Amino acid sequence: MPGEVINVLIAGLGGQGVLTASDILAFTAFEYGFDVKKSELKGMSQRGGSVTSDVRFGKKVWSPMIPPGEADYLLILESTQVEPNLHMLKKGGVIITPGDVDISQVPSKQTANTALLGALSIYLPIPEEIWLKVISKIVAEKHFEKNKVAFLIGKTTYKKNIVPNLIKIV
Amino acid sequence: MDAGERLLLTGDEAVGLAAIHCRVFLGTGYPGTPSTEILEYFSHLGGKAQWAPNEKVALEVGIGVAFSGARSLVTMKHVGLNVASDPLFSVAYTGVDGGLVVVSADDPGMASSQNEQDNRRYAVAAGVPMFEPSDAQEAYDFTIAAFELSEKYKIPVLLRMTTRVCHSRTAVVPRKINLSVTEPSYNKSAETKVLIPAYARAAHKRLRKKLSELKDWSENSAYNYSIMKDRTIGIITSGISYVHSVEAAPDVSILKLGFTYPLPMNKIAEFVKSVKRCVVVEEGDPYLYETIRAAGIPVEGKSESFRFGELNVQRVRQIIFGGEEVERKIPSGKAPQLCDGCQYRVVYDILHKFGCIVAGDIGCYTLGVLPPFNAMDTCLCMGASIGVGLGLRHALPPEQARKVVSVIGDSTFIHSGITGLVEMVYNPPPTGHVVIILDNQTTAMTVLQEHPGTGRKLNHEPTNQVVLEEVVKGVGVKNLYIVEPRVGSDSFEKVLTEALNRDALTVIIARRPCLLASKKLKEFERCEEKQELSSNKEKKQCQAK
Repeated sequence: MPGEVINVLIAGLGGQGVLTASDILAFTAFEYGFDVKKSELKGMSQRGGSVTSDVRFGKKVWSPMIPPGEADYLLILESTQVEPNLHMLKKGGVIITPGDVDISQVPSKQTANTALLGALSIYLPIPEEIWLKVISKIVAEKHFEKNKVAFLIGKTTYKKNIVPNLIKIV
Repeated sequence: MDAGERLLLTGDEAVGLAAIHCRVFLGTGYPGTPSTEILEYFSHLGGKAQWAPNEKVALEVGIGVAFSGARSLVTMKHVGLNVASDPLFSVAYTGVDGGLVVVSADDPGMASSQNEQDNRRYAVAAGVPMFEPSDAQEAYDFTIAAFELSEKYKIPVLLRMTTRVCHSRTAVVPRKINLSVTEPSYNKSAETKVLIPAYARAAHKRLRKKLSELKDWSENSAYNYSIMKDRTIGIITSGISYVHSVEAAPDVSILKLGFTYPLPMNKIAEFVKSVKRCVVVEEGDPYLYETIRAAGIPVEGKSESFRFGELNVQRVRQIIFGGEEVERKIPSGKAPQLCDGCQYRVVYDILHKFGCIVAGDIGCYTLGVLPPFNAMDTCLCMGASIGVGLGLRHALPPEQARKVVSVIGDSTFIHSGITGLVEMVYNPPPTGHVVIILDNQTTAMTVLQEHPGTGRKLNHEPTNQVVLEEVVKGVGVKNLYIVEPRVGSDSFEKVLTEALNRDALTVIIARRPCLLASKKLKEFERCEEKQELSSNKEKKQCQAK
């Protein structure tokens, strides 16, 4: 089973758009044709506490929760949240934080989540138009342009060396 | 959302969609994580859904609908079923005419709850058949199956979900279903629906007969099936534990139970015989394990440490393949807290300053227990603040008793605080008592649901409003204050000082809309004004928001 499922853990604090980002990623992977499971713990998330969401996709996904030590990517919206989630990352996994993109070019604080998705998109086989189509469905109409810009900034200004983890549906 | 379309839904949404496809006449419940989104989604799709003041009332209304021959869906979190358990046990006896499905959304691991009780025990205790979905597709399929079964056997059915099933998005393909709809009408049958002892004795026998038939149904049900692979190990599992198990041990044989009360004991015995070693993998209580062992079937269970918290793939691997669970030191994340600018901060600052003994309740405001306030001393269940506060007042020496206050939110007060207030008027402690109702005009904790005190229905349309001060006065409380707690104002402090210095019964309503809700509230108010003035078209636009 390893290698057949891509595991992305998104973490941040309540109000930073963790759940929106995980919805965008889940629906994008689903639209592309992957089997997808997305899991989250909300409950008290509105109250500013830590929020995490697991997104898993591939040919067939079973558990909706990423097993500890098996996350391929950690998308962390808030630097203090790296440490509590580090045990989830697999050996050789990738951490993406706002520091990895040119955050000064991102239109607003509220779209930092979308910028990190832009960076993540480089590793995935999913075409840009699917991402943008899903973003337009999920974010409010008036916020779409800003999110589109943020996504593209994230994608074009991402600073890490890329070894794409491309899997395709067989 | 037509048959055959590929959707990505949460378990809660899948239940809401199935309810639409089953043409459920009424969905009712009380908000509670992780069940809240079921009725919200059902309503969003055009279903008739409403919040009840509490789960007991919701189930009673659902029972009435089912007695008329129509279908009803009643939703709640696990602890909500404690509140609704009284009618649950009785409706198992009376049976139903139209389909009645009760959703219990359990919260193993307590993401947002005061306990991690396992409500599979309720199916056994009350004698109601139970389904346990493992993902959103099954949540959809099992909801439909539950309505079919409920109508076939004239019995309420429990759909037991858990947080990871409710809140996980997984693929769902809806199907064509042909459930007929009967026009609601009343058929007199007092001997089955009036539980006087003479009738109830016969009703109990009817229930046991139905359950015995349902056991046969369970044995032959396609919802309980085995996947035979390597026979050195077999796993018996249900609910979310099933998907963890397949991932943890893809090559072993599995008996997957989707219908878990009554259990298919013959099928289980057969499966156990066919494998060398058999392990039961289940989250929470050892319900399957104990039942199977009690029948004399040799299976292995999990060690006690796995009773606590959620299972995941790693823990399931340990249950199946052995190895003691190692407690990992994971740095904790950031704890939730009262929002910056929350009006309750002002209240808790004062309670802290006065050194009050605070009997608290369930809601965002429970966070007053945390630093810097440290201003909550007890919190048990919905509404308990008032009874517990009264008990403390009765028993503590007067100088301590005079510091006791009960703190309860508006939605919680309506849910089960009113009877506590009646107790206060009827059996007043010698030093009196002080109840503070934190009225932020919404059910904030579960993300801003309406309740009877807001004067708006589940879908935010206006309806009759239950006015808290009228209730308080009506119950017979003589000293009532309404204050607005806010930074820079000492009115709350003044009122509380006065109340604490008087050995009398006092209610203080601390009223200010929740910060998070206030923007929404203004929108609804605009809509209401518009509705009074204008056409249906604009009404629709407002509702769509």
